[in-house]
Amino acid sequence: MNLLHFINAFFSDSAHWHGYDGIPTRVGEHIEYTLEALALAAAIGLPVGLITGHTGRGGNALSLIATAGRALPTFGLLVLMTLLLGFGLVNVMIPLVILAVPPILVTTYEAMRSVDPSPVDAARGMGMSEAGVLFQVELPAALPLILSGLRSGAIQIVSTATIAAYVSLGGLGRYIVDGLYQRNYEKVVGGATLVAGLALVTLAVFWALTRFAVSAGVRRSG
Amino acid sequence: MAVDRLSLDIPDRSITVLVGPSGCGKTTTLRMINRMVEPSEGTILLDGQDIQQQPVNTLRRSMGYVIQNAGLFQHRTIVDNIATVPRMLGWGKDKARARARELMERVGLDGALAKRYPYQLSGGQQQRVGVARALAADPPVLLMDEPFSAVDPVVRKGLQDELLRIQAELGKTIVFVTHDIDEAVKLGTMVAVMRTGGHLAQFAPPAELLSDPADAFVEDFLGADRGIRRLSFFPATGLELLTGPIVAVDATAEQVAARDTAGAPYLLVTDQEGRPLGWSEPGELTAGNIRQAELLPYGRPFVAGTDSLRSALDCAVLSPTGWAVAVDAEGRTAGVVSQQTIGEAIRGAHAERRASDRAAERPQAGKDSRVAR
Repeated sequence: MNLLHFINAFFSDSAHWHGYDGIPTRVGEHIEYTLEALALAAAIGLPVGLITGHTGRGGNALSLIATAGRALPTFGLLVLMTLLLGFGLVNVMIPLVILAVPPILVTTYEAMRSVDPSPVDAARGMGMSEAGVLFQVELPAALPLILSGLRSGAIQIVSTATIAAYVSLGGLGRYIVDGLYQRNYEKVVGGATLVAGLALVTLAVFWALTRFAVSAGVRRSG
Repeated sequence: MAVDRLSLDIPDRSITVLVGPSGCGKTTTLRMINRMVEPSEGTILLDGQDIQQQPVNTLRRSMGYVIQNAGLFQHRTIVDNIATVPRMLGWGKDKARARARELMERVGLDGALAKRYPYQLSGGQQQRVGVARALAADPPVLLMDEPFSAVDPVVRKGLQDELLRIQAELGKTIVFVTHDIDEAVKLGTMVAVMRTGGHLAQFAPPAELLSDPADAFVEDFLGADRGIRRLSFFPATGLELLTGPIVAVDATAEQVAARDTAGAPYLLVTDQEGRPLGWSEPGELTAGNIRQAELLPYGRPFVAGTDSLRSALDCAVLSPTGWAVAVDAEGRTAGVVSQQTIGEAIRGAHAERRASDRAAERPQAGKDSRVAR
């Protein structure tokens, strides 16, 4: 009984490919949790990071919040939320968002701070508005780093969204949690493999996004 | 305080250079003109209007702004970099790009670079793009903050010549900041020498700066060879050139003998087209068998019509014979001249300048903007 055997057995079992506990359903749920958590984390991290980075104010407070966010134990938070709020998707979203905000926020801030100051000075001197400076000069130059922050956040969410299964929700964590409970290691390994695969897909998506969204002039010179 | 009670009249349609050691407030002064720095007190008038009266971005869009390292937008192509201000002013994309291409030509950039990105250009080319971008909306005023400081000396000289050429065509009101006094003297119609604290040490045309530094600080800042540098402002056209001591490389013995008495200790040998080859003592020339390797070098010739007395003197000093060679625009020998003759010309030019200065005070340039703090 080795790892490859487990993997083979899990994926070749046709029963695992359909139904409410089938792979497509669980992968779909996992992606849904990931996208929701990532969207929420980006909605918090990106604007705050962009504005603090642009103005250069609040960097210290930011790193404090980020460190605190990183120190919070995700699993503990999940249990606490469930005790406070009962079962539900919100309980899962809060720890996942808290997990992903620090990398997005801090990287966005750092990306904005590390933009070459001379084009920014030139843009202001030419009479560009502050919003213009932010979105037309700083953001395009900072985009590769900002995307890498989003990527870290996304990977962390994908890997951690398995915890949803502990509070009776779906996702790929279902296989791991149920497999452990049933001592069905084939299921555990299969679920873990799917999570790893999804993480790799996330990397590929961000690679494609970077190719598409970042100007060739920035990609090559950076 | 970076700039303290500075009062300056910047003339229209000419290059005013602010020069001084680092920390003298020259950049602060420049940045006050487009309100990148707001003065704590005092006013800046542009064509008689207080610049505080109009919206800051409207003001800035009416002034070209060129900075050190060009500050190009890495994510935009060259043509889109140049089109930035026209686009901000609401021009259509095609019109702005057409204008950008026109400007690339004006600043001496190959049109093939239009679709490139800044990282694909050399430092000198990037700086040309910076100048083109500042000129894109045809602003009457151009602010240049040490624009050529970061490029090597050869490229810098090319950019300076290009700026003078563009200025001759466009006649902008340019305020140019530099810490390089040579650059200031070369480019400036008027030069403002500043000292720490934004105090104006002297405001004068470059020739006057070199001849009459206001105080020890200015004199010290100008450097040791200001007398030589001042000669740049005297044309070499008045020099009396000797054509006697010149022989062609294929001259006959009679011709060499005839040249022997021309009044110079050396003979200049030229090729058949008249281009200088080198000096020789008259007795050592054998007609029909002049060996070029044995000729004394002639240094670097000056162009008779266009070069200054400084170039002529430099040629004479470089030449081992003490004689300078003058050539025409095609490089053919126009004549030779001794150090002594150049020295006399310099004394004559100085005397003439003094006389004309006494006769008429230099006419003041039109008042345009005033910087005070």
